[in-house]
Amino acid sequence: MVDIEINGVTIKAEEGAMVIEAADIAGITIPRFCYHKKLSIAANCRMCLVEVEKVGKPVPACATPVTGGMKVYTRSPKAIAAQRSVMEFLLINHPLDCPICDQGGECDLQEMAMGFGNDVSRYNEGKRVVRDRNIGPLIATDMTRCIHCTRCVRFGQEIAGMMELGAPGRGEHMRITTYLEDAVESELSGNVIDLCPVGALTSKPYRYTARPWELTAHHSVSPHDCVGANLRVDTRAHRVMRVVPRENEEVNETWLADRDRFSYTALYDKDRAMAPLIKRDGQWQETDWDTALTFAADGLKRIIARDGAANLGALAADWSTTEELYLLQKLMRKLGSSHIDHRVRQQDFSDQDAMPSFPWLGQSIASLGSLDAALLVGSNVRHEQPLLGQRLRQAALKGAKVSLINPMDYDFHFPVGEKLIDTPAGMLGQLAAVVSAAAEQKGATVEGLDALVTVDIEDRHRAIARSLIEAKNGTVLLGNISAYHPAAGALRQLGVQLADLSDVRIGFLAEGGNSVGAWLAGALPHRGTAGSEVDSGKDWRAMFESGLGGYLLLGLEPERDCIDPALATRALDAAEFVVALSAYDSPAMREYADAILPIALYLETSGTYVNGEGRWQSFAGCANPPGEARPAWKLLRVLGNLLDTEGFGYMGSDEVLAEVQGACRDVRPDNGRAWQAPTLGPAPTGIVRTTDFPIYAVDPMVRRAAPLQDTPLAGAAAVHACAETLADAGLSSAGRVRVSRGDSRTELPIVADERVPPGSVYIASGKRGSELLGGAFESIELTQA
Amino acid sequence: MSAPNILKSLFLKELFAGLGVTGRYFFGKKFTVQYPDERAPLSPRFRGRHAQRRYPNGEERCIACKLCEVVCPALAITIESEQRDDGSRRTTRYDIDLSKCIFCGFCEEACPVDAIVETREYEYHGEVRSDLLMTKEQLLAAGDRLETQIEADREAQAQYR
Repeated sequence: MVDIEINGVTIKAEEGAMVIEAADIAGITIPRFCYHKKLSIAANCRMCLVEVEKVGKPVPACATPVTGGMKVYTRSPKAIAAQRSVMEFLLINHPLDCPICDQGGECDLQEMAMGFGNDVSRYNEGKRVVRDRNIGPLIATDMTRCIHCTRCVRFGQEIAGMMELGAPGRGEHMRITTYLEDAVESELSGNVIDLCPVGALTSKPYRYTARPWELTAHHSVSPHDCVGANLRVDTRAHRVMRVVPRENEEVNETWLADRDRFSYTALYDKDRAMAPLIKRDGQWQETDWDTALTFAADGLKRIIARDGAANLGALAADWSTTEELYLLQKLMRKLGSSHIDHRVRQQDFSDQDAMPSFPWLGQSIASLGSLDAALLVGSNVRHEQPLLGQRLRQAALKGAKVSLINPMDYDFHFPVGEKLIDTPAGMLGQLAAVVSAAAEQKGATVEGLDALVTVDIEDRHRAIARSLIEAKNGTVLLGNISAYHPAAGALRQLGVQLADLSDVRIGFLAEGGNSVGAWLAGALPHRGTAGSEVDSGKDWRAMFESGLGGYLLLGLEPERDCIDPALATRALDAAEFVVALSAYDSPAMREYADAILPIALYLETSGTYVNGEGRWQSFAGCANPPGEARPAWKLLRVLGNLLDTEGFGYMGSDEVLAEVQGACRDVRPDNGRAWQAPTLGPAPTGIVRTTDFPIYAVDPMVRRAAPLQDTPLAGAAAVHACAETLADAGLSSAGRVRVSRGDSRTELPIVADERVPPGSVYIASGKRGSELLGGAFESIELTQA
Repeated sequence: MSAPNILKSLFLKELFAGLGVTGRYFFGKKFTVQYPDERAPLSPRFRGRHAQRRYPNGEERCIACKLCEVVCPALAITIESEQRDDGSRRTTRYDIDLSKCIFCGFCEEACPVDAIVETREYEYHGEVRSDLLMTKEQLLAAGDRLETQIEADREAQAQYR
C-alpha cells in the first residue's frame, strides 16, 4: 500500500493500481468512457485526464499507476480544461438525437457532458455518418453514435472469447462493426449493451418501448442455469420491460448470459395460459379458480379412493422455486405417495442412494476463475452454464489446463488441454482410462477398474491425470451430458474416484436453475426434505413405465423437457387424470392434461433458488402475472387444503421458506462417496444417438423467447453425423433422413458434422422436430427419406 | 370636525365625485366584449387546448421521446411507444387528460420537435369526463385543422425562443 493524495485528500492505494481505481475506491469521481474494471486498459477515450504534480501534461488516470507521494488533481484548472477539450472532440461527431435514443436518460455521454463539458458548442461543420449493420435479433446498432471507446471489442476478445466486433479503419474512418456480414453468435453478446457508454449498441427487444425514468427496478434471480445470476428487473406499469445484470462479484460479476437477459420476452407470449382450463366430457372450457381447483382435487381424490395414493405421481420442473418444490413433495407425501421427481433428464438412478444430500459444484463459483487444472466430463459448459464457461475461460487464459471428455467436439472459447471425444459408451472407457492413469501415477490400485477401461491408456490420459495430480487448485466437473448419460452412475463413481486419487475437488454442474433446491426440498422419490430417509417411491421413468393413474405436473412440459418425450407422452396420454400447473397452454398439453392451472413465472412470484454452489437467493415478484395466473405455491397450498391434508395453512411464501431452511440447517455439502466398482449393462449396438438440451431449448420460457429463437444458436433439430458414419449407414450428406427407435419415428434434415465421432449421431432434444423421438444415448435406426 | 369637512359633508362632494366617474363611463366609449358575438384579442403565446403537429410532408412530428410526459406537473400526459415498421420511433398512444391539465405550457417548452403545442382554442366542453381526454387522433386532427395559425404564432415568437 502506498499513500497518494487526490484533490488534497490522502488515501491509501494498492501498489501498481491505476489512479482511477484508487479514486473509485475513495469515492472520487473521474469521468471515463473506455475504462471498465473488468476489461483491459485501452486509454483511448482520454476523458479521464487529470493533473499530476510535477508532470508537465495532463495524464490519463486509467493508465497511470500510483506511486508513493503522488499528488493528483482531478478538478484543477488544467484538468478541467483538458476534460472539456476532450469532451468537445467527442461531441464533434456525436449526433444530437438524444430524444430518440434509448440510452437517453442513462447515457454516460449525456452525464459527462453535463458534468465535465462546455455549455455551448463551437462546431458548425458536417458530422460523420456510419452505416449500420444488422448484427442479429438481440442488439440494435446506431453506429453513428459510437465514440470509439472499444469496450465492446475488448469484451469480445477478453470475456466472451469471440472476435465478432472489431474496429477497422483509423481516425475519422474508424468504425465498430462485425468483420463478416453476420449476426453476433456469442452466448454472452447482450453484455455489450450494458458496456456501451452511449446509445450505439442497445437492446433490440426493448427498443423504443420505455424511458429509464419511467422504470421501477426490482431484484430477481435467473432460473435458466445453476449460476443463479443476479438480475435487476425493470418494470413499467407492472410489466417487465427489460432485464439487466445486478453486480455480484461472487456469482455473475457484472455479466449476464443472453438467455437470462432476454427470456423475459416469453412472459408475454401468446401461449401464456390466462385462465384455468378444465376438460369436461372431452371438451376444454375456461372456468374460474374455484371450479378448476375443485375439479382438480376431485379428480385426484377419485384416483386415491379407487387405487390408493400409490397410483399418483408428481413431476416438477427444476426451475420451480424451492418453496413450490417443497410444497409439492409435502402434498404428495401427505397424500401417501412418494412418486415425485424432478430429474426428468436423467436416465440412470442406480446410484441414487449413494448420491450426496445435494449434488453441488464442489467449490465456489468465484474460485473457478483461479483453477489451474480441470477435467470436464460430458459438458458443453459454454452453452449449458455460459457464465461458468466464462469463469473457466479466465482460468484457461491464465494457464489452467482444462481437459474434456465429451461425446461430441463442442466448440470452446478457451484453449483446451486434452480432448477425448468418443461415443457415449466410449466416454466411460475414456474416463476409466484417466482414472487408471491417475491410479498408476499415485501407485494406488482401484478394485474392479480394469474391466471398465475399454481403450488403450495413452499419453493423453496420462497427461490429464498428471495435470490433475500436479494441480494445487484442480477440479473434476461432471456436466449435464454426464447426468443424462444412461451410465451416469458409473460416470459419477469414476469422477469421484478420479478426484479422490488426484486430490482435487469434485463438482456437479447442476442441470436446472434450481436442481440443488429440488434436492434440498426433497422433490425426489428416495429422499425427503434435507436428504431425510423416506419410503422410497418411483423415479420418473419407473412412473411412466408402470403407468400410474394420475399425475401432477409442476411447470413441466414433458413433451419437450423430458429426455424420453415419446415415453412421457405415451404414459400421460394413457393416464386417467393429469393436472398440469403450467404457465403455458399448448396443443400437446391439451392432448394429455385434464386440467391446466395457469401459474406465475419466476418474475411474477416470490421464491428462492439455490444455485450450484448452494447459495440461497430469495426474490420477490416483479410484475403482475397475466390474466388469472397465480403463483404456484398458492395453488399448491389451496390444493393441499382441498385434499384435506394438514399443514397447508401458510400465509406467505416466506413461511414455507422458513420451514425448508429450518430443515436444511444442518445439511453440509459433500460430493464424496466410497468406491464401489460400477456394473454396466450391455453397450448399445449400431448407431447411437448423442443428445443434449441446446442453450435455447432448456425450459418453456426460453423456448418461447422470440428474440432468442431468432438467433443462429437456436436452429431447428437435425441429424448431425460425420462423413464416416454417413458412409457406413449408406446415407447422403444432405437431404432428409427417417429416424426411428421402437415405435417412435420422425424425419429430420441431415447435417454433415465432423464434430460427432463415428458410430454416433447428434440429435438435439427439446427442439421442434425431436419431441417425438426417444432413445437418448441409445441405438437408433436411420434410413434415407 | 373642521370647517372644510363640514362643507364637504353638507354638499355631498364625494357622492358627486363618484357619480361623475359613473357618468363618464356611462357616456364614454364601451369596451365590453359581447361574447360570443364578439371575441377578445389573443396573444400568439396563448395557451389553449393542445394539438399535435405534422411536417409539411404529412409525417407526424412526435418522436415519442416522452419529455412532455415527464415534465408535466399534473401528470396529464400518457404515452406508449414502439418501433414503427420503418424503424422510426413513434407513439402508439398519446393521451392528454384536459381535466388534469393546468395549461402551464411546459410540454410545449420541453418538446424538441415542436410536436405538442398549445393552440388558441379555448372553447371546448365535455359532458362526461372522458370527453376531456384527448387521444392522439384528436390531437393530430386539431393540429391539421389549426396548422396555419399554429405556424404563424411560432413564426411571430421565433425571435424570443
